[in-house]
Amino acid sequence: MRGEAGPGAALPGGRRRAESDPTGPGTGPGLGPRTPVPGPGAMMRFMLLFSRQGKLRLQKWYLATADKDKKKMVRELMQVVLARKPKMCSFLEWRDLKVVYKRYASLYFCCAIEGQDNELITLELIHRYVELLDKYFGSVCELDIIFNFEKAYFILDEFVMGGEIQDTSKKSVLKAIEQADLLQEEDESPRSVLEEMGLA
Amino acid sequence: MPAPIRLRELIRTIRTARTQAEEREMIQKECAAIRSSFREEDNTYRCRNVAKLLYMHMLGYPAHFGQLECLKLIASQKFTDKRIGYLGAMLLLDERQDVHLLMTNCIKNDLNHSTQYVQGLALCTLGCMGSSEMCRDLAGEVEKLLKTSNSYLRKKAALCAVHVIRKVPELMEMFLPATKNLLNEKNHGVLHTSVVLLTEMCERSPDMLAHFRKNEKLVPQLVRILKNLIMSGYSPEHDVSGISDPFLQVRILRLLRILGRNDDDSSEAMNDILAQVATNTETSKNVGNAILYETVLTIMDIKSESGLRVLAINILGRFLLNNDKNIRYVALTSLLKTVQTDHNAVQRHRSTIVDCLKDLDVSIKRRAMELSFALVNGNNVRGMMKELLYFLDSCEPEFKADCASGIFLAAEKYAPSKRWHIDTIMRVLTTAGSYVRDDAVPNLIQLITNSVEMHAYTVQRLYKAILGDYSQQPLVQVASWCIGEYGDLLVSGQCEEEEPIQVTEDEVLDILESVLISNMSASVTRGYALTAIMKLSTRFTCTVNRIKKVVSIYGSSIDVELQQRAVEYNALFKKYDHMRPALLERMPVMEKVTTNGPTEIVQTNGETEPAVLETKPPPSGLQPASQANDLLDLLGGSDITPVIPTAPTSKPASAGGELLDLLGDLNLTGIPSITAYNKNGLKIDFTFERSNTNPSVTVITIQASNSTELDMTDFVFQAAVPKTFQLQLLSPSSSVIPAFNSGTITQVIKVLNPQKQQLRMRIKLTYNHKGSAMQDLAEVNNFPPQSWQ
Repeated sequence: MRGEAGPGAALPGGRRRAESDPTGPGTGPGLGPRTPVPGPGAMMRFMLLFSRQGKLRLQKWYLATADKDKKKMVRELMQVVLARKPKMCSFLEWRDLKVVYKRYASLYFCCAIEGQDNELITLELIHRYVELLDKYFGSVCELDIIFNFEKAYFILDEFVMGGEIQDTSKKSVLKAIEQADLLQEEDESPRSVLEEMGLA
Repeated sequence: MPAPIRLRELIRTIRTARTQAEEREMIQKECAAIRSSFREEDNTYRCRNVAKLLYMHMLGYPAHFGQLECLKLIASQKFTDKRIGYLGAMLLLDERQDVHLLMTNCIKNDLNHSTQYVQGLALCTLGCMGSSEMCRDLAGEVEKLLKTSNSYLRKKAALCAVHVIRKVPELMEMFLPATKNLLNEKNHGVLHTSVVLLTEMCERSPDMLAHFRKNEKLVPQLVRILKNLIMSGYSPEHDVSGISDPFLQVRILRLLRILGRNDDDSSEAMNDILAQVATNTETSKNVGNAILYETVLTIMDIKSESGLRVLAINILGRFLLNNDKNIRYVALTSLLKTVQTDHNAVQRHRSTIVDCLKDLDVSIKRRAMELSFALVNGNNVRGMMKELLYFLDSCEPEFKADCASGIFLAAEKYAPSKRWHIDTIMRVLTTAGSYVRDDAVPNLIQLITNSVEMHAYTVQRLYKAILGDYSQQPLVQVASWCIGEYGDLLVSGQCEEEEPIQVTEDEVLDILESVLISNMSASVTRGYALTAIMKLSTRFTCTVNRIKKVVSIYGSSIDVELQQRAVEYNALFKKYDHMRPALLERMPVMEKVTTNGPTEIVQTNGETEPAVLETKPPPSGLQPASQANDLLDLLGGSDITPVIPTAPTSKPASAGGELLDLLGDLNLTGIPSITAYNKNGLKIDFTFERSNTNPSVTVITIQASNSTELDMTDFVFQAAVPKTFQLQLLSPSSSVIPAFNSGTITQVIKVLNPQKQQLRMRIKLTYNHKGSAMQDLAEVNNFPPQSWQ
C-alpha cells in the first residue's frame, strides 16, 4: 500500500534538500479575526502538517484560538501555501505573521512565527522534527504519520513545548520517547492482548 | 458487545471511502458506537475510543462529547491512558470552556508523580494550553520543578514557566530565585530553555532586564557559553552540519540583543564574541546562515562600534549573492531595516539589490523594490530610475501602484533636470497609467505647471500619448488638463525639446471629445475633458463655435457634475462673456507644497515598513563645534573665523530646483578654476561663479575626486576664512568619494566678501581610507583675482 509519489513516498529525512513545488504568487496580508497576542512578538503560533491534496495530518496550536478561527486559518493558509510556485522562497507573509514552510515528499510542514523570530532557524526546527520522525519510524513517509498520528504528536510534544524547543539533542528526545513507549507497553498486560484476540 | 474497533482499523476503513458522503456515514456510525461505549463507562477501551475520536476531529468532525472522557483518561493510573488523555485535552479542550479547569487537580497530582514521564506529560500540557487560572494555581509546582536536579524535568519546567509568565505576567517575580543557577547547567536542553525563560523575563520587564544586566552579570555568562560552543570540538549529540548546537547559539544571540540594546557596557562586553561569530561561522549551509542572520540582527540592534556594523552589513551583502533565495529574502528584509541608520554601507550593495528586482519570487521582488526606493539619491537617480521604470513595466499588477508612487516621489526629490522629470512622469503614466494613485494626478499637474519652460514639450508628449489610447484614467486626466492649459502651444508648434508636431485645433478638440464620449472614461475624467475644452475657447481662434456647441450639448447630460459644469460654461459664453478670458487665463505657478514626509508606500501585514524615501542623515560622528575649535587652535590666528559645516545629508545640493535658483542669478563669466588641494590621491578643485545680484558674493563649487584604488568614506570638508569674510557651506552631495576617479563629491560654498579683500582659506579634510582615519590641513592661496575683486 505504500505508493511511490503519494503518501507512501519516504520523506528525505536524512538529506537536507528541500523539494520545490507548484505555482502561485504569495498573497499579501489578509484580514481576519485576531486572537490576542500575549508576548513581545517572538514565538511560534502554530505548526501544521498537510498533504498536497490539502488533507490536514497534524495541527499544533501554541496560542489559544477558537475552534472556528482555527478551521478558517488552516483552510486559508493551506490554500496560500499550496499555490506557491517551485522557485519561491520558503517564507511568506500571511496576516500579521511570517509563515515558514517546507515540503518533504508529499507533506508540507508549515510553521507560523511572529515578527521577531528567525526564519532560517525555524527551517532548521522543521528539519529537526522530520529527522526525529525519520529516526523513530525508520524512513518515515506520510502513511506513517496518517496511521500513527498520535505518535507524531508525542514526538512533537517531546521536542517543542509552548512553541519553543525543549531539547536540542536528537538523541535525548528520541530516548525519552523510547522510554515512554516502554512504559506504555508495560501497561499492556498479557491478559488484555489475549482478550483482544478473542482468546480469553 | 464486541470490542470497539482499533484505531488503525478505523483509519484504514475511513480511507477506503470514495466520497465525502461515504466518509461522513462511516464517521457517524463510529461516533455512535463510541458514544454508547462512553455511556457504558468502559475503562478498558476508553483510550482507544478517544484516540479514534481525535482522528476524526482532525478530519474536521465534531468531537466535543469526548472532552470529559479525556479528563477521565488523565485521571487514570495507566500511562497509556494519560498519554492519550493529555493529548486529547490539548486538542479538544479549550480554555474558554470551564470544563478545562477540572484538569487542574489531575495536573497537580501528576506534576508530583513518581514517574518523570508522567510529570513531563503534565508539564507539557500545562505549558501548551494552560489557562490563566490553571497557571495561577499551579505556578508554585512549576517553580519547584524548576529547581530540581533532574535535567529532563528542569528543561520542561523552564518552558512551562515561560507559558505561565505569558499568561499571567505578574507571576514573573516568583520564578526569579530559581533562575540563579540555570546557566551553570551542562545539559543543553536546560541551557536552551533557560535562555528562553530569561529572554521572556527580560523582554517583559525593564526591571528584570536591569537586574539581569547588573546583578547577575548575565552578559559575561552568555558570552562564555557561546564561546565554548564555538571553540569546542565536534560534539555529535548537538552537531548540525559541523556547527555545535545552532539552536542554542541563536537563542543566546537573541538574549544578548535584548541585553545590549541601549546599554553601552553590555554592548561593549559582547562586541568581541559577536565579531568572532560573524567571521568564523561556516556559511555553506542554511544552519550557519541562520546563526549569521541572528548575529547581524543583534549587531544592528545594540550599540555596536561602526566596524562591527559594517561587518554586519557586509554579511547581508554576501547573503544577497547567495544562491539560496531564502537567504536573499532574509537579507533584503534586514537591509530594509538598517537602510536608514547605515545608509552609506547599504548603498554599496545597490547593484545587487537592483538585480533582485528581476527575481522570480514575489516576496523578494517586493523587498527589493522597497529597498531600491530607499537607496535612491542624487548621485544614482538616473540609473536607479531606469531600473525601476523597467521594473514597473514588467512587474505584477500588485506592485504597480506602489512602484509608480515611489517613482514619483523619488523623481520629485532627486530629478537632475526638469526635462528628465517630465520624461519620467510620462513614462510612468504611459506604462502603468491605470495603476497610478488618484492623489498623484493633482501632484503631477502642479509639477507640470511649475516647470514653465517645459510646457510645450509636456503638452506635446501627453497629446501623443493619449492619441493612441485614452483608457488609462490618470494619464488622460493629466493630459486633458495640460491640453486645456497649453493647447495654444500645441497647435502653434512651439516645442523646443523635440520635433514639434503638426496639430490643428480641430484635431485637439477631436481627442478631447472622444474622451468625453468614451465608455471607458470615468466621470472625473470627463469633467477634466469638458473643462479643458472650455479653456481652449480662449486659447484657440478658429474653433470657438465648435466649443460652444459641445458645451451646450452637455448642459443636458445625465451626469450631474458634467451638467453643472456645462451650464456654468454656457453662462460664461452668454451673459458673462466679458469675464471669460480672465476666468480661463493660464494658471499661475503654484506655490510648492512641501510633501509632508514620504507617504507609507507599503504596509505589509500590520508591520508598517519604514517610510521608504525618508533617509536620515548618516551620523557624521563629528562634533562640529569642537572640530571648528581645533581648526582655530591649529591656525592660531585670531583673525580667522571658523565655519561649522552643515552635517552631510543625502540630499545633494544639485537637486533640480536648487540648481535652478543658483544659476538663476549667476554670472557665468569664465573665472578660471583652481586645484585647491592635491595630495595622497585626493584632489579638490574649486570652480567659481560670481553673483549678478550681489557683487560681494562668490560661489565656489568644490569637487573632490579620488584617484586611489579604494574608496574614501566619511569625507568631511571644513573651511575657515579671515574675519572680514563670511562663509556658508551647503550640504555636500555625499560623503563617499569612489575610487579610480569614478565619481566626485560636490559641495557649494558661498563666500561674502564685502570689503573685497583678497580671498584666503584654510581647509581641513577628514576621511577614512584603507581602514584608517585620515586628516589633513591645507591653505588655499591661489584664488584667481576675478573670484574676489
